[in-house]
Amino acid sequence: MADAALAVRGLEVRYGPVAAVRGLSLEVGKGEIVGLIGPNGAGKSTTLHAIMGLVSARAGEVTVAGRRVLGRPPERIAAAGVALVPEGRRIFADFTVEENLLLGLAARRGRYGRGALSGAYELFPVLGEFRRRQAGLLSGGQQQQLAIARALVAQPDVLLLDEPSLGLAPSLVDSVFDVLAKIRDGGFAILLVEQRAQRTVALADRTHVIANGELRLTLGPGDADDTEKMVAAYFGG
Amino acid sequence: MSVLAAIDAQTLVDSVGLGAIYALMAVGIGLVFGVLRLVNFAYGQLVMAGAYTLAFTANWRVVWSLAACLIVVVALSLAMELAVFRPLRGASPAVMLVTTFAIAFVLQAVALLIDLRDNTLGEVATSVAPLNQAITLRGVEVRKITIVAVIVTVVVLALLALLLNRTRIGLHMRAASADFSTARLLGVRANRVIGLAVLLSGVLAAIVAVLLTVQLPFVQPDFALRETIVVLVGVVVGGIEKLWSATLGGFLIGFATGILNGALPTDQTVFLPSAVFALVILVLLLRPSGLFVWGRPAAERL
Repeated sequence: MADAALAVRGLEVRYGPVAAVRGLSLEVGKGEIVGLIGPNGAGKSTTLHAIMGLVSARAGEVTVAGRRVLGRPPERIAAAGVALVPEGRRIFADFTVEENLLLGLAARRGRYGRGALSGAYELFPVLGEFRRRQAGLLSGGQQQQLAIARALVAQPDVLLLDEPSLGLAPSLVDSVFDVLAKIRDGGFAILLVEQRAQRTVALADRTHVIANGELRLTLGPGDADDTEKMVAAYFGG
Repeated sequence: MSVLAAIDAQTLVDSVGLGAIYALMAVGIGLVFGVLRLVNFAYGQLVMAGAYTLAFTANWRVVWSLAACLIVVVALSLAMELAVFRPLRGASPAVMLVTTFAIAFVLQAVALLIDLRDNTLGEVATSVAPLNQAITLRGVEVRKITIVAVIVTVVVLALLALLLNRTRIGLHMRAASADFSTARLLGVRANRVIGLAVLLSGVLAAIVAVLLTVQLPFVQPDFALRETIVVLVGVVVGGIEKLWSATLGGFLIGFATGILNGALPTDQTVFLPSAVFALVILVLLLRPSGLFVWGRPAAERL
């Protein structure tokens, strides 16, 4: 079998005496969306941060297309083809929309020309319209689009999203999930951390439920309407 | 005679010249602070090393003397980054600050050892001394160095603005200054932007060394020490969080020093630092995050 685009095996992360992630393993294939849901503090964001090299792991292995990346600095992991859309978007508020997108190119491998951002403007026309505007002046939904676009312009193989719908109005949450559905055919391997469990389960090829840093169970798209199963997944049934 | 009347055109011109030099030092300090969150107290010793290089090469052709100064200062600046700052990356700001104090003392001690080889303290840097001559513009005596300092500062700041705003590495540097961890996860290479900032700050220190030795050709181990302290104060007063406000702060404190120097009677200039620092205390009481910084205070930065 070919190597998964992203494979995590036996990941352990500790914050001092607290075990945040314990022996977590998962795989995401090219063109797949894998969800990661669970209560606050379950270790979802920490998992993404460990993959991205933002926190150091105690043990385990992370491979991107078969190459080990764990222990490398974040910029190397980005250059290996992993992009993170961080929680809270973390856009550069004082920079223009275009400058934010140009920063996304920092991790891009190979040569690119002037049209490197055109795909982003096609996917998010509003960003093209406001490209000379300060990013901090965009609405919350537009900033989230910018954060996703900034990750996509790097043309990563693996896309990590940390609660992209957090703090958005319901209609904007729809637009975030619409975008994810749209880009799933782009050949990315997407690992999606979300609080909106039902929508994530419905969208993803499979969704892992995580609690206390451990995988509890895995749900398929068909389970999204099974309220009992969803509740049980969350409350450790 | 009132204090204001003592400020003539001569004093104004000299003050602008001094402000320009201080502004360059402020940029050098601000660039490194931007990417490393490190106030490099040893910045003045880079300038001192440049001044000594100029003194030791005083009988070379001017261009080679200037080149030697540039090479020595930039090499020293990069060595500081590689040998000290890089291993300490991630250490607390207090540790970093104290470390730069230590570097400053070490470099001064080394300079003293080298200086005393001829059994006299101090060397004379005369490479570009002719720039100290004055020319008369509309009845005002202007030293050539003042004109050179202002032109060099304007050109250097313009080039730096172009680099930061129009190039890819400049964008990466600005991003690293604004939010280093996000910049890194986007693929901005930490060591590359830090290296460039350190290199540029070394180039600036070399330029400052040349400009300062014209006015103060007698070089001792504490050369530029007082200037560095004053500039650091100016940088904090202007607002160290942003390069332009730090630069403006550096310029203003240089300008204010020059004006006060001209305004105070000669026998009162010992009070000059007191007057400057009294102004500083007043500014920081009224605007704790800097004279030109609006919005959230520095401490709340993420």
